[in-house]
Amino acid sequence: MTTTVAAPAITAKERPGDRVFSKLTVVASSLILAVLAAVAIFLVAQSMPAFVAESDDFKGDATNFWSYVGPLVFGTVWSAALAMIFAVPLTIGVALFITHFAPRRIAQGLGYVVDLLAAVPSVVFGLWGIGVLAPALQPYYANLTEWFGWFPLFAGPVSGTGRTILTVAIVLAVMVLPIITAISREVFLQTPRLHEEAALALGATRWEMIRMAVLPFGRPGVISGAMLGLGRALGETMAVAMVLSPATIVSFALVQSQNPTTIAANIALNFPEAHDVGVNILIATGLILFVITLGVNSIARYIVGRRKAFSGAN
Amino acid sequence: MTMTTTTAPTTAMPNALTSGKMPKYSPLWLLAGAFALSIAIFAVVDAAGGESFNWAGMAVLAVVLFCVLIWVISRLVEGGRKATDRLVTALVSSAFAIALVPLISVTYTVIVKGVARFDLSFFTESMRNVVGAGGGALHAIVGTLLITGMATLISVPIGLLTAIYLVEYGRGRLARGVTFFVDVMTGIPSIVAGLFAFALFALVFDDPGIRFGFGGAVALSVLMIPVVVRSSEEMLKLVPNELREASLALGVPKYLTVLKVVLPTSIAGIITGVMISIARVIGETAPLLIIAGFTASMNYNLFAERMMTLPVFVYNQYASQGTDAQAYLDRAWTGALTLILIVALLNIIARLVAKFLAPKGLR
Repeated sequence: MTTTVAAPAITAKERPGDRVFSKLTVVASSLILAVLAAVAIFLVAQSMPAFVAESDDFKGDATNFWSYVGPLVFGTVWSAALAMIFAVPLTIGVALFITHFAPRRIAQGLGYVVDLLAAVPSVVFGLWGIGVLAPALQPYYANLTEWFGWFPLFAGPVSGTGRTILTVAIVLAVMVLPIITAISREVFLQTPRLHEEAALALGATRWEMIRMAVLPFGRPGVISGAMLGLGRALGETMAVAMVLSPATIVSFALVQSQNPTTIAANIALNFPEAHDVGVNILIATGLILFVITLGVNSIARYIVGRRKAFSGAN
Repeated sequence: MTMTTTTAPTTAMPNALTSGKMPKYSPLWLLAGAFALSIAIFAVVDAAGGESFNWAGMAVLAVVLFCVLIWVISRLVEGGRKATDRLVTALVSSAFAIALVPLISVTYTVIVKGVARFDLSFFTESMRNVVGAGGGALHAIVGTLLITGMATLISVPIGLLTAIYLVEYGRGRLARGVTFFVDVMTGIPSIVAGLFAFALFALVFDDPGIRFGFGGAVALSVLMIPVVVRSSEEMLKLVPNELREASLALGVPKYLTVLKVVLPTSIAGIITGVMISIARVIGETAPLLIIAGFTASMNYNLFAERMMTLPVFVYNQYASQGTDAQAYLDRAWTGALTLILIVALLNIIARLVAKFLAPKGLR
């Protein structure tokens, strides 16, 4: 006659401190979601007047919001894309050097050195870009148009100051370099040791080992790192605002003095003097930028998310 | 007896392990040779053209020469596969060297141009009633410290509590959502954060031209919170579960376990993460340009009037140069130098904290 009585589950007495503390953490977490939602809501709310603005509210000869923001979107995407063309091959090289080529003892120190680039504020990069880089590059731009002017990208007349979209792209590439390098480095280091050793044991040279073991393993990491860098390049403000000599045009020419400007730079340059509906128009362009970067970052996070071990933020 | 005479002397036998290989330090010698050749070429050409020596062109030519030379020589001596390997090694190393160029150039330029005004008056005077030379950035430094301090006060409690939630309590949909959106938040462009703060306070206070320091702190918090969450979360995850279990087994309530066991164990890493996140937002210009605005006067009140900050000071000095342009440029570069020094200092403190506050046994 042994009826098995279910042992009463022992529950710890819930203390008020416990309840308060756990609620507090939930509140903080929810606050983050609320902030993100608030960002979207307030931007949309303040943008509304821009979508119905009259044509004489816009600077330049734009007739409605979309014709105003069009060239800006083009400039944003074009400058960021150029920056990625410079940055991605370079970062793969840098990350490979730090993880697989540099002497082991100094490799970590070299990693810190590249991370230092991330610590330089963007306004300093802007100052450097206009004070050092642009004048240094201008003579080469002149040669470029002279020799390759027949190629549409390098068509003249050359800019006399060097403040072109190509210079901006180089500055942006320098700024995103530490971000992409950090992530690529992390994934390259995570390559299974046995894969590398197996390749070497079969007689592969170091490059063959990297091509067969490291690069295939690291590809998703490099892609997502590049996407995060792209997000940064799309949203970068001060370096572009200071270096570029802007115009509201759509042009692929790299070294002329008339360059398509970016959304962020346009906001920074015009916001201090903007008033009335002009403010709303600028906020609306900011909303467009927010949507673009949100899309790019979500894709990057999705790719990273499939491989939990690394994340860009640390 | 006869055996010894028939065997060939071993010195004549090629060593199978080193045969067909270039000597160990030959790439370094080749590199030096390529540089010497390139210097010679450029010295002659530049002297003939009457121009100053072109260092950049010389370095580029030397690296190209080196890549070609090592590939050709290695191909002749060691064969195609090894030649490709050597070429890639050369390319990867030069990629790293290229990455160092902007870092060195930025540091050098900022220091050389920044020392011009790196004097007492720069740190003791504001720009009020200053036209042309003189003046300083005291108002901007005070503004930066106030706004960044306020941003830290907002971000650290929220960020830390969220990290605790994610590591200690969070399960299910809210935790997943928070993780995802924190990641998304790291990607918000800084200028959008500024626009958000502006849009928020312009609506709340019904003032379409609102500019004040607290708004800047809110904008910076939007950028700072995700970094604090991420780094604190990583640190909390490093705390061994045995510590938590031991504490709970002794009957300690969960919140005290977190407060008295988990946090003290990971405090060094958390402080490091906070310092680095401060270093990251202290250089932000765009959001402060929008919501904090710029002024030439001191302002100690976060909740009223425009407030200058150091990055905006640098930008403003550059962007609105007066008749005496050099004075404005000097102030901009000195501002940049100050900014970089502050960021470097924060990073160094962070590393020291990580080193000295780390719990025993984990060092």
